[in-house]
Amino acid sequence: MTTGLLPSDATTSAAPARRSAGGGLGRYLLVRFLLIFPTIFILVTLVFLLMRTIGDPITAAQGGRLTADQLAERISAAGYDRPVLVQYFEYLGQIFTGNFGNTISDNRPVTEVLLTYGGATLELAFYALIVAFIVGIPLGMLAASLRDRAPDAFLRIFAILCYATPVFFAGLLLKLVFSVWLQWLPVAGRASTRTELAMQTLPNKTGIYLIDSIMLGSPTAIGDVLSHAVLPGIALGLLTAGVFLRLVRTNVIGTLGTDYVDAARSRGVSEFRLVRKHAYRPALIPIITVIGLQIALLLGGAVLTETTFEWKGLGFQLAGYLAARDFVAVQGIVALLAVFVALTNFVVDVIAAVIDPRVRY
Amino acid sequence: MTTELVPSGHPTALPPANSGFWGRLPVLKQLRQSVGLQRGMLVAGLAITAVFLLVAAFAPLIAPYGFAQLRDDAGPFGAQQPPSAAHIMGTTVGGYDVFSRVIWGTQTAVLVIVVAVVFSIFIGILLGLVSGYLGGWLDRVLVVIGDAVYAFPSLLLAIVLSIVISGGQSSLWGGIFAAALSITVVFIPQYYRVIRAETIRIKAEPYVESAKMLGASAPRIMFRHVLRNATRTLPIIFTLNSSEALLTLAGLGFLGFGIEPTAAAEWGYDLNKALSDVTSGIWWTALYPGLAIVLAVLGITLVGESLNDLADPRLRTRRRAKVRTATAAATTAASTTAGPASAPAANTEEKA
Amino acid sequence: MNDVVEITDLSISFATDGGTVRAVDGVSLTVRKGEVLAIVGESGSGKSVTAKSILGLLPETATTEGAVLLASRDGSHTNDIISLSPSQLREVRGTDVSMVFQEPSTALNPVFTVGWQIAEGLRAHGKVSKAEARREAIEILRKVGIPEPEVRVDHYPHQFSGGQKQRIVIAAALVLNPGLIVADEPTTALDVTVQAEILDLLRRLRDEFGTAIVLITHNMGVVADLADRVVVMYQGLVVEEADVKTLFASPQDPYTERLLDAVPRIGQGRVHTAEREAARAVAREARAAVGESALAPVVEASHLTIDYPGRFGRKGFRAVDDVSFRIAPGEVLGLVGESGSGKTTIGRALGGLTRITGGSLTVHGFEMLGFSERRFKPLRADIGFVFQDPAASFNPLLTIADAVAEPLVIHGRAESPRDARRRVDELLEAVQLPRSFGDRFPHELSGGQRQRASLARGIALEPSLLIADEPTSALDVSVQARVLELFAELQREFGFAALFISHDLAVVDLLADRIAVLYRGRLVEEGTGAEVLDHPSDPYTRRLIASLPVPDPVEQAARRAELASIQADSRGR
Repeated sequence: MTTGLLPSDATTSAAPARRSAGGGLGRYLLVRFLLIFPTIFILVTLVFLLMRTIGDPITAAQGGRLTADQLAERISAAGYDRPVLVQYFEYLGQIFTGNFGNTISDNRPVTEVLLTYGGATLELAFYALIVAFIVGIPLGMLAASLRDRAPDAFLRIFAILCYATPVFFAGLLLKLVFSVWLQWLPVAGRASTRTELAMQTLPNKTGIYLIDSIMLGSPTAIGDVLSHAVLPGIALGLLTAGVFLRLVRTNVIGTLGTDYVDAARSRGVSEFRLVRKHAYRPALIPIITVIGLQIALLLGGAVLTETTFEWKGLGFQLAGYLAARDFVAVQGIVALLAVFVALTNFVVDVIAAVIDPRVRY
Repeated sequence: MTTELVPSGHPTALPPANSGFWGRLPVLKQLRQSVGLQRGMLVAGLAITAVFLLVAAFAPLIAPYGFAQLRDDAGPFGAQQPPSAAHIMGTTVGGYDVFSRVIWGTQTAVLVIVVAVVFSIFIGILLGLVSGYLGGWLDRVLVVIGDAVYAFPSLLLAIVLSIVISGGQSSLWGGIFAAALSITVVFIPQYYRVIRAETIRIKAEPYVESAKMLGASAPRIMFRHVLRNATRTLPIIFTLNSSEALLTLAGLGFLGFGIEPTAAAEWGYDLNKALSDVTSGIWWTALYPGLAIVLAVLGITLVGESLNDLADPRLRTRRRAKVRTATAAATTAASTTAGPASAPAANTEEKA
Repeated sequence: MNDVVEITDLSISFATDGGTVRAVDGVSLTVRKGEVLAIVGESGSGKSVTAKSILGLLPETATTEGAVLLASRDGSHTNDIISLSPSQLREVRGTDVSMVFQEPSTALNPVFTVGWQIAEGLRAHGKVSKAEARREAIEILRKVGIPEPEVRVDHYPHQFSGGQKQRIVIAAALVLNPGLIVADEPTTALDVTVQAEILDLLRRLRDEFGTAIVLITHNMGVVADLADRVVVMYQGLVVEEADVKTLFASPQDPYTERLLDAVPRIGQGRVHTAEREAARAVAREARAAVGESALAPVVEASHLTIDYPGRFGRKGFRAVDDVSFRIAPGEVLGLVGESGSGKTTIGRALGGLTRITGGSLTVHGFEMLGFSERRFKPLRADIGFVFQDPAASFNPLLTIADAVAEPLVIHGRAESPRDARRRVDELLEAVQLPRSFGDRFPHELSGGQRQRASLARGIALEPSLLIADEPTSALDVSVQARVLELFAELQREFGFAALFISHDLAVVDLLADRIAVLYRGRLVEEGTGAEVLDHPSDPYTRRLIASLPVPDPVEQAARRAELASIQADSRGR
């Protein structure tokens, strides 16, 4: 998992320096935008080539169940007997037009799978990010300002524990305590069946339950959706919170040691304000850059969290297709996620650039 | 001769000189440097890691049963049995002894970490060094590829790779290599990034420029001047990557891409099987393998984090001056005997 | 009471890896109302630490004893900084005492506007409205001489030049009108012409606002220019305290004397230059006698141009623009200029580290335009070099002996560093380092020692050309003096030609046979020391020379008037 724990990510200087060399904001954004395409291209190619080295997907999915003749027929019908290069260019062409192939096991377009389940994954990621921001950033600042004292040590151990606990294990523990023993919260799923049925009737449902339940206008439905979200949100959010805490702490300690914080101190600015304003703001730029990289962590974690809580999102589907050895579906979903990651990283970099006055002016 | 007192509170980040062979070994050197809480964290991490390694080494002696054992002389263990004298951590839904599988699991974990990290470290360093030093189009292409892979969820990539390598199900070594290799490919970009960044920084250092001015060849500069200086952070990456490898392995196992229970014990797989147990209140099948993962990752991460702090002058804790009176007495005594005239000598000695 | 600060028996210790280090040892001093007290010393003298203790700004590793009595701004009461609680300290900072930092580019927060940062001081000491804070920020920016303060108040630090940034730092320190400003090396990071302006500004603070200033500096010229009284510190002790004229006229302590002697002054080098010229003439005749061309220069640049390419299609940057000069065998050419003048770029081009993009540059007859490393490599044996930062110019993992042996091994004069050890020992002796230092690692040597080792490496192959890029600018004055002496000695002994790059006119004058002045990539003046320094023809050279403060308060006062007239002159035109 890409956690941002590596030392290279902790440096305060790297990000702004790299950008300020690039010139004006407009030019930087253009270059950064153009970089999306090779990134997507590389990932899609990588996934395609890797998946094709194991042979054709039809055999993998239905090898045991069909006779050799039937298999050959279906392979030929799907075009998997043509040269890999031909298939590759066809695949690239398809992706360019937004066609990520059809699943083998239930023969649905991958894009449709994404549209149906993507909202759920986004929603989970949203809850997790809220937890991560609320827990990680203030605690990170606190740890930095109380550096090397007892609360700092406690917070650091907490951060490492958050990171050391696999999301699925955290999820299992939370489930065991809050759902099974205390019975405060539902065990699994995104909403109770009644709420789900009620939301099915909505004319323009989004698939994001929080929005749907609000559109439904029923407080019980909203409560139901939220109570289902608590445990998965915390399980996935704590993992990210641990990384954020550490990231904020390291970067704020870095900026707390700078001359400009000393200068502000020499004018009588309070320690609290030094941390919250003078040290935090400059630290924010590298923090945001690294947070961009956490999207990968979040997506990987989402797959595991969704499986743990039977949260019917993309990750849950992916695990299902994996179990069914439906590698066209896997390839499609992974390729789509690659596009998503490339786009979000672009957006994050743009945000980091825009809030940096050295790039803006 | 000239002297320079250590400037105000910022002693050099370089290692103290001549502290002997033991003092120069990576981890022990840091252990000597550390103080207070940082030392506590490092010691705790080292202790946990040591226990982890010992358990792996002596697993056959510690574990009461084999990892795939379903019955003993007294008959089958039975499925989902709560902890008892015979099975101190109970049995799983498949009828295995939980305790034995937790112990045997350390072996799998250590093997995967070693294979994964050793593979990725060499390839990553070589690519980072060459790409960072030579630059040019090769560098640009590698950076884009490395960044693309780095930004991508490594678990997903590991899944794809383990499908490729093993077709999804595997024997002991097949499984270990599948897991290790998929982790390797995911980690290469990380080593690559770190080493490349270091190489580029070191490339601009005057001592590399001076080697260039002298006419040293590119390989000579890379291996004599850049490589050793660029790899100083490796112990940190090594430990942090080890914990990531462990988590990725567990994640793969949890999604059903791990090692079959009859081939080896793997904690992620056991947690996957425990998923439905939890709903019915059976806690022991999930708790113990989970705790094993947490402890192992915690130990390694504590070591890595402490090393990272000690290597970063901004993050390193320094000894605080002792209680006022004590220090004052000691230093006054020293300074009355050593006036400004003799102070330089004392100082040079201190440096040597 | 008349004293703004009274420090009594102050001792400060730091806890370090090597044990406790006492940085300040029983220092007592006072600062009077409206005076500039300079605390002078070299690195490790404890001057900065002493000054920071007035604001209670010491790191947590410090232990402090003694008393630092600071008067409140209105003079109604005094506080002992050492016994104040953190919140009381906060009250004092900014209102009674404030600080100006060495490096203006790091003392300003890059992500806030300068107006906001100035207003922070106001906000920290009571509620002020946004409009009021802004008004005050504009007012103070105007006072420190920032043009168009109404517009500039909303700009970010990176939009200002180095000198302007330092003015803003001073403005931020001044906004609450404290009775005392501690200025820690306020001009060290600045070019000499900008330094003169900042010193003027500080003088105005004292004269117009009655602000007392504690000026921390290592530069005797700055002391002579600005200080009223001087405290000399050495190894944590005060060795001498006197008013500025007395100190310069008749220093009492031997250390002060040594320090003053070590400061290079313009005009000191003339005698040596004449001697060397005579020696070269002899050498030329000797060479002519055996039929060698006496005039073939070691380096010849004609219409040399160096462009740095722009990134992402941006316009490139011309670092060196149409520069022509030559260096004859055995001759030392001093290249002087401020930051961004292109002097380092020229040095790097000579060493083949930077490609030239136009004109011609020949080194030992080798044309550097269309440079090829393979063909140039044999020539490298004949070019030595010394870099600016002695701390960074050695591979930290190689011993000094291994590093000095590098050129011998690379150019095939020795099989291995061990093989070269005898030669290395000779070289170390030549630069007056004990042989045993060869077994040490770079960080075990002091700055001066490292720079000697660097010289040893530079002359290892007895090159006929040595490039020295600011070899002494990172060193203390007394160390600098000895390294310069060594350089001159080696030059005499080995007879190499040299390109000596420096920002310091006095240093260049000490060593160079001829001086070339660079300004924004162009060569504005070239000639012997006497020609360039005594009768400068270019207005920039005149300004540069006039800006350089001389270590003599009486003479400096006269020079200041001269500088003012030059500035008025250039403004008038």
